[in-house]
Parts: sequence; C-alpha cells; structure tokens
Amino acid sequence: MIKIPYLAALTTLFSYGLLFVFGQLRDFFRKIFDYWSHSKLQGYAPICLGLEDFYIRRLYLRIQDCFNRPISSPPDAWFDVVERISNDNNKTLKRTTKVSRNFPQAPAVLGLMEALQPCIPNWRSVWRIFVGKPAAVVFGMGYVTNSAILPVLIGKGGLIISDSLNHKSIINGARGSGATVRVFQHNTPYHLEKVLREQIAEGQPRTHRPWKKIIVVVEGIYSMEGELCKLPEIVAICKKSKAYVYLDEAHSVGAVGKTGRGVCELLGVDTADVDIMMGTFTKSFGSCGGYIAGSKELIKYLKYTCPAHVYATSISPPAAQQIISSIKVILGEDGSSRGAQKLARIRENCNFFRSELQKMGFEVLGDNDSPVMPIMLYNPSKIPAFSRECLKQNVAVVTVAFPATPLLLARARICISAAHTKEDLIKALEVISRVGDLIGIKYFPAEPKKQQLEETRVKFE
Amino acid sequence: MDTLATAFENTVRTASDWVTLAFDAPSARAVVFGVQIGGHLFVEGLLFVVIIFLLSQKSYKPPKRPLSKKEIDELCDEWVPEPLIPPITEEMKYEPPVLQSAAGPHTRINGKEVINFASANYLGFVGHEKILESCTKAVEKYGVGSCGPRGFYGTIDVHLDCEARIAKFLGTSDSILYAYGLSTMFSIIPAFSKKGDIIVADEGVHWGIQNGLQLSRSTIVYYKHNDMESLRSILEKFTQKNERAKKLRRYIVAEAVYQNSGQIAPLDEIVRLKEKYRFRLILDESNSFGVLGSSGRGLTEHCRIPIEKVDIVTAAMGNALAAEGGFCTGSARVIDHQRLSSSGYVFSASLPPYLASAALTAVDVLEENLDLITKLKKNVATLHKGLSDVHGLEIVSDPQSPIVFLRLRNSTGSIKGDLQVLEDIADRVLKEDSIFCVTSKRSTIDKCNLAAGIRLFVSAAHTESDLVKAYESFKRATPLVLEGQ
Repeated sequence: MIKIPYLAALTTLFSYGLLFVFGQLRDFFRKIFDYWSHSKLQGYAPICLGLEDFYIRRLYLRIQDCFNRPISSPPDAWFDVVERISNDNNKTLKRTTKVSRNFPQAPAVLGLMEALQPCIPNWRSVWRIFVGKPAAVVFGMGYVTNSAILPVLIGKGGLIISDSLNHKSIINGARGSGATVRVFQHNTPYHLEKVLREQIAEGQPRTHRPWKKIIVVVEGIYSMEGELCKLPEIVAICKKSKAYVYLDEAHSVGAVGKTGRGVCELLGVDTADVDIMMGTFTKSFGSCGGYIAGSKELIKYLKYTCPAHVYATSISPPAAQQIISSIKVILGEDGSSRGAQKLARIRENCNFFRSELQKMGFEVLGDNDSPVMPIMLYNPSKIPAFSRECLKQNVAVVTVAFPATPLLLARARICISAAHTKEDLIKALEVISRVGDLIGIKYFPAEPKKQQLEETRVKFE
Repeated sequence: MDTLATAFENTVRTASDWVTLAFDAPSARAVVFGVQIGGHLFVEGLLFVVIIFLLSQKSYKPPKRPLSKKEIDELCDEWVPEPLIPPITEEMKYEPPVLQSAAGPHTRINGKEVINFASANYLGFVGHEKILESCTKAVEKYGVGSCGPRGFYGTIDVHLDCEARIAKFLGTSDSILYAYGLSTMFSIIPAFSKKGDIIVADEGVHWGIQNGLQLSRSTIVYYKHNDMESLRSILEKFTQKNERAKKLRRYIVAEAVYQNSGQIAPLDEIVRLKEKYRFRLILDESNSFGVLGSSGRGLTEHCRIPIEKVDIVTAAMGNALAAEGGFCTGSARVIDHQRLSSSGYVFSASLPPYLASAALTAVDVLEENLDLITKLKKNVATLHKGLSDVHGLEIVSDPQSPIVFLRLRNSTGSIKGDLQVLEDIADRVLKEDSIFCVTSKRSTIDKCNLAAGIRLFVSAAHTESDLVKAYESFKRATPLVLEGQ
C-alpha cells in the first residue's frame, strides 16, 4: 500500500482545496452570465448536473495539453508527438503541422510493430500452445472481453470477489452480471481468505441461501501500481474454498516469465489451477483484441453464449496475423532468437531503470521484473509540470491523475519496452532526474548523496 | 338490589373519606416555594418515577452469537459450488462455418464458392482497392496496434482526421471514435445517464444497448417494438408524475434499423414526441449509416429531419464502412463530456490506425460514388419482391431496410423450436444452392423477446443473378424442410 508522506498530503489537500474554491467562484460567475443569456434548451434537464463535471471543467481543462497528445508515427522506441497550441487558455487545442521527435515511456512493451500479410489463417492452435491451456477464443477488443464474459459465467445468486484496484472493464463486467460483488484489499491473500470464509458462512444477502458459485478476479500486473499479483497464495486459498480463479493478464502476457508466457510462468503456478485466463494483445503483441483461455467445454460454452462472440464483429485479419507473427517471434519459431533476446532485454531494462530511479530518491512503486513503474507525484500542480518539462526535453511521459487513480495519489507511469536501448534509458534517466530536482518529487533521500555525506564526515575526522 | 347498591356506595364513600383524610394529613399540606402541594402530587410523582424506570430499561434482544471458527470451517467444507458452466448440450457443439476468403459478396466455405448474405457489407467495400491501399499504407506507416488508450499517446493523427471527416460528412460539430462497435453504446449510455434518470427504450434493441442500460442503473422502461402509441403513453405517464421529474435527465433510446427485426424506426414521429415531452434522443445508426438517405447520411436524411434534433447519434463502423470500431456525433458539449467520462474510450486501447484510415477512405469513396446507394436500394427491392411469396416464411422487415428478416409464418411455439427449423432451412440452402445466410441466434443473457428469424444482409455488390438464385432457393427449400417437420 502507498503511504503518502504527511507534508505531501497536506500540500496536496491544500492545492486541491484552492483549486476547488477557485472553481466554485468561476462557476458562480458563469451562472450569473448564463442567467442573462437564454438557452435554447428550456425545459430540459442539463446534460451534466452540478458537480458531476466540475472536475472536468475546472481542473482537467487547465492541464488538458498533458493528455490525449496525438502522435504521427508508430508507437515505437522513438515517435513523433504532434504539437498543439491553444488560444483560449487550454479550453480547445488545435493541431499544428509541427512534430517533435520524442522518446516515450508509454505502453508498447515488446516493440513488435511489424508489417504483415493480410490473410485469415487458423491460429487458435498457436495461441493455445503459447498460453498452456486446452482451448482459447479470441475477441475483437480487450475491454469488451471482460465486460461480456463475466455476465455469461455468473449471474444473480453468485458472488464475485475482486481486488480493490481492478481495472474498469472488470468492474463493468461484474456490475453487468447481476452477481453480488465484494472487494478484498489489494493483493492481500489473508484478507481474501477472511472475506471468502465470511461470505461462504453467511450466504446470499438477506436470504442466507448458499452461493451458487464464487469467482475471484485478480490481475497479473496491476496497471497503475506495477505490482505482481501474489498468485500462488491466492490460488491455494481458492482451491481450498472451491472458488474459481479468473486471471486478467493484460499487462503481463508476453512480457514477464522466462519465455514470456506471463505471470503464471514467472511465479511458478500451474495453468491448470487457474480456471479462466484472460488477456489482451494490445501491449505485448502490438495488435488489438482480447482472449479467453480455459478448458474445452468452457470455450465451447462461451462460443455459444457470449454476446461478444455472437453479435460483435470479429477481430480483423491483419490484427490476427500480427498476433501470430508476434507469437512466432517470441517462441523462437521463426528461426531467430529475437524473441528470447527481447525478453531478456526487457527484464534487464526494467530492473536497471527501477534500481536507478530508486537510487535517485524517487518513490517508485511495483515489483522487480514488472515493466510498469509508477513514480509518485501527489501534488496536482506537479502533474503538468513534470509532463511539460519532460516533453520540452523530448521525453514523453504518461501522467495519471483522477479518475484513473485516487484523488491524492497522482503519479507518472513509466512503461519500459524491449525496443529501448541502454543509451535511451540513460538519457531518459538524466532528463527525469533533472526534472525531478526542479519539481521536487524526490521524496526519499538519494543514495549517492548519503555516500557523499559519509565521505565529508570522514574527511572532517 | 337496593341494599347492595347502598352498601357499595357506603364502602366507596368511607374509602374516599379515608383517602382524603390521609391526604389532608398535615405533612401533605406543606407549601414548598409558595406552591400548594396536595397529596395527589405524591401519587403522580410515583407514577412519573415508574414511567422513567420502564423507559430506561433496554428492550429485550435475543443475544447475538457470532459463528465460531469451527462452525465456519464446517460450513466452508460443506459448501459445494455449481460447476462453472452448465453441461454442454448438442446444440452447443455446433461450429459455425469458417470463411476461407474475404467476406465479400462471394466467399469460400469448405472449398466451395458461396453467395454471402451473412456479412453486413452493405456498400460492397470489403476488398475495395482504394480502402485496401489506404490500409496497407497505414500499416506500413503506423504498424498494426496503437498500444495505448487515447489519453496516453494512443491518439494518432489518423484518429483525429477520421473524427473530423465523419463530423463534416454528417454536418455535426464533432465526433468521437470508439475502438469497437459493441462497446460504443454500452459506454455512452452510462456516461450520460445515472441512477435516478429515466430511459425509455425499444424492447427490440440489441445486447450492446441492453448492457449499457443495465450499467447506467437508471430507471428503464421498454415500449413495444416500433409502436409509437406505446411510446406516447409511457412518455405521458412519466411527465404526468411529480414535478421532480422535470429535473431528471430523460432519454429515448432507439435504433434506426433494428438488428433484431429489420424494421426502421419512424424518426419523425419519435422527434415529434420527444420535443413535446422534453426527452433527449439517442439513436443507433449502425445499420443505416451509409445506406438510408439519398447520400447515405442515415435515417435523419431519409426522414428529412435536421441532424441537430437528434441529441446523440452513434454507429458502428463495421457494417457499411467495412472497417471496425464505432463513432458518436452530436453537439460539442456531448462529445467533450465523453472524452473523460466514457469508460470504453478512456480505459481502453484506441482503434488501430489502419482501421481508422480505412473508415476515412470509405467515407471519401461513399461521397464520390452515390450510385452505390441506389444500387443497394434496387437490390433490396428485388430481393423483397422475390421473397414475398415464399411458402412458410414471411418478411417482417421494412421494405427499405438493408436487412431482410424472414420469420416463420406459423411459429412452432418456442424460440428454440423456431431456431431449429430456421437453421435447418439455412443449412439446406447452403448445401444445395450455396447461399450463405444466418439465423438470428441469441445469447443467453440477451433479454430481447422478439421472434427468431433468418437474416439476409443485402449488399450493393450483389448482382441480379445472385439475388434471383437466393430467392429461388428459398422458394424451393422451405416447403421441403417444413414438410419434413
């Protein structure tokens, strides 16, 4: 869990309070102006009531240029960010024809952006071999996979226990299913056990009938924390309580593990213990789409009932071919050892980067071996400062604020790719260190400074 | 009797004399603080104390005994969950045919050439050279995937160009692109409608819209499929309710061409009702964009209604535009709101750039070749005429809709039974005459109750002979299958 330092918490709260007060003041004046100008929509309720879009209007719009930055080249190790200008204080942004070459820290993990041949091959067999499950089914979009699978598997009378920091697609799927949803503390197996035991003993709310089935939903790597899930303990607990495990490997498949097979391989969990494995092809395979892997019967049932399979358009052929080519490269079936090299490089890169950032004194979250590294910013004014300063020096970073993270815990999320070379990483580290000093986000004491202090002490003595 | 009564009277009188004597005792005649205290105050004081005592007693609650650890262990051991999926039945083992070539008007299944009525390729853009060229160029320039959500460097300039193009084509101020057709509706509805708001939707809407309605947690009321009288009475009911209803957001959700029945919504009537009762309209034009209207601008052009009257227009681009994904247009306020509150836009990877450029080129090609729309209309009319006298099947779709929906004239009684018969017809037609069509299979979580049928998607690329072959085949095969029942 993230523990925010007291001073940072106070200053962050104060900043938000100030922004809120200013926002309310501007809203007040806006109401007066609007009273004088009549609107066409008399008798209709406004499309956004009161404080619902207060955050968007008064806080987000001021720093709008840090988000939604358009690029005009493939999302590779270096890309072109299109510059935008604003004439009305960031309310609207217009594109210019200028582009600047930037070095991104955005999710494009294995750097497998290759061209392809358009054809429709039979490729589910290749995927099955990769993940290690008897059968698999593919959908056109990862978000829809989660939202459409959970309602099919579980309905009213069932229980879904999900991690407190699960992705919005899982929350949507759980809500859409009609089952009762309970949350356990992020990545805490003993709390999961406690919740499971309590719920089985109590039964359904109000009627106390026993639950029809229980599904525990966890993610392989959490996208905003960079932590690996404590999978072996969670699987053991679920086995004991006879609950089903649903693993979402959006960020981890293809990126972690010795041969890239994901978090099961990394943590030594047998894939037969995980009932349903889900993942997306967007991050590591440079394509789009999502998959579900499980037993043959499960996949047959899903093909028959799942709306994302019955109604929606299927994945487009170029995307499918891209996935097959990527898998071939990762497994080394195309004859070269590019896949193994890339996997080794990404592991080296992320461990190197993380240790360097921690030495500099940044507060970095996440476990070793995970390619996602959030750096804590906390303060709302540091978000645009960090983003803009880094962009000036040609490093493109992703800053995340509310609503993707809790209000006080804004962060900059760094994703390492195998396409980054050592020189790129060192340059990025220098830039981030300089900007960090400028903004003041080095919340921890840096190690070299400690060494210097000791040397001076020795000198004095 | 008299003596009894008098004796009773006497006893009561003596008792009261005693009582008054007791109360008139000197101690009771004390004067405290200038207030005369009579003896009756003593009784009242006692009563007061008794009442306070009773009120202060806690009410009886049976003692709570939480379950002991051993009991919880026993319950956990005893509990047996249902299996994750129900047992596989025969119909679940059915594998749909696999296409071995592009899904154009003619395609190959199991090595055989078949005429394809199962792909919603209305304008025949699948395999169009200009679109393929722009796709290839985009793939060479940008690669396949976009590797990130729109907020985090997943916005590629092709996306912005495509959005601007669509907005220009339809005449609205802005539009927003979604990565998947199905996710468009179920992300938009929860962004605009929350708990407590009112949504009136047609009962025949497809699963994407139903899921969106469920996720929004608003009050949902369904009106009978395409029945304006039912819609009017429901709107009347809601506006007659309390004044508070005026502060809630109210929406009508309808599809332009219904996927589940092929009917066209009477937009002029709906707009008239919406303006009278002050509701907002969300229109799904997935199957009418590029098809209806003299230049393909959809149902609003077909009914000659300015597009500003419809508040939110959405469409999936996987049908007429032969791309993937979806878009939404409307006023600038509506679109801007979605950029931060629509979950399918914010929390999901963006549309692959080659698909965005395909959609862009498709809109360009459509604007240049308006004769495709007239050809499509002619094809629909031909097929309609040919299928109107098939023994055993009736057409329930609108004569101008590009989806021709055939239903059994005499239903077997259950949707499952109907589906079985229709699948037999479709199989027979495929095997004997190489006509590929699909039945309207429903997912188990779909709440739509409209009858099942066979869907034929007509394309502008179908030739006259294809259509003739199709309806001749149905005329021949249907009686044979129905006799065999």
